Amino acid sequence: MGNAVDIVAERETHMTVRVWRGQGDQGRYESFEVPERENQTVLDVVTWIQQNADPSLSYRYACRVGMCGSCAMTVNGKPRWTCRTHVQKVLDGGILEIAPLRNMPVIKDLAADMSGFFDKWVAAEGVFHPTATRTDEIPKIDPREERRVEIDNAIECINCGICYAACDVVAANPDYLGPAALNRAWTLVNDQKDGARDARLAAVSGGGGCHNCHSQQGCVQHCPNDLNPTASIAGLKRETAKSFFKWRR
Amino acid sequence: MLDLRLYMLQRITAILMAPLVLTHIAVMVYAIQGGLSAAEILGRTQGSLGWAAFYGLFVAAVSVHAAIGLRAILHEMAGLRGTGLAIFTWAAGLGLFAMGARAVYAVTAA
Repeated sequence: MGNAVDIVAERETHMTVRVWRGQGDQGRYESFEVPERENQTVLDVVTWIQQNADPSLSYRYACRVGMCGSCAMTVNGKPRWTCRTHVQKVLDGGILEIAPLRNMPVIKDLAADMSGFFDKWVAAEGVFHPTATRTDEIPKIDPREERRVEIDNAIECINCGICYAACDVVAANPDYLGPAALNRAWTLVNDQKDGARDARLAAVSGGGGCHNCHSQQGCVQHCPNDLNPTASIAGLKRETAKSFFKWRR
Repeated sequence: MLDLRLYMLQRITAILMAPLVLTHIAVMVYAIQGGLSAAEILGRTQGSLGWAAFYGLFVAAVSVHAAIGLRAILHEMAGLRGTGLAIFTWAAGLGLFAMGARAVYAVTAA
């Protein structure tokens, strides 16, 4: 008669996990048999493989609670935050296929290079330009005020890159700034304390700017925080269209 | 690729085309109701500055609008960019305008 550990092991069921292995453009899927648990996230599965099957597997995570935005990967074809994605919800015929995020170069295995993604935040003027010093009084902004409400709707971005990976315009046009950077720009366009509104509207009006968005809403579909970058981009289109006539006066 | 200037040009030409398309369709339907012949239609359009202006504006708007749309498709689907994309955009716009202007001239010249 086996001990308790053996009995658990006998009852244990496994799932097939196909994991992308490789560097740059070169790579292939490698299969692992991973024990199924009743309550298990995709990140748990990747960590199990790294700790029990192949310590050379590279991937990225930090907080494990959906705050830091570093663990996003392509899971069964869709971009997802792996730390908050339960395996049972995405398992397809007992198979889990995990790959790095789309639209970004691969560093190694599941770790995508996000530097281009963040460079575009800077290119979209996603940086706050203060208009006051620390000695000035803090302006009072009514939380119900229209522009403040626009900011509230867009502010909870965790920079995970899921919208960027989901966006077909990014895939087709590598210069496109992408949903996250433009969503960030929209929050700052509405910020009454910011002093670079015109520069920001100009920054999102270039060849890779907001006007390239086709409103397909892949970003809205996949955003783990239920944000609506398409609406933010539509806001930028409206404001830049108004500025088009102002700039020519 | 599609900057604010091209975006606005495409939207402004779309706004221009909306009433032109509706008028064009309404006139087509009206003109064939009474069984007008080609000669009778040409009799009304030839020498008409109004129809020349109407379809001249239509052709200009279509040329700009379609060239920008084709530019976006070609860039995203075929990866064309830079000078090649600029040459294609101008060629598409000027080509459409030349064909359209030729037709307007044929129908409205006295």
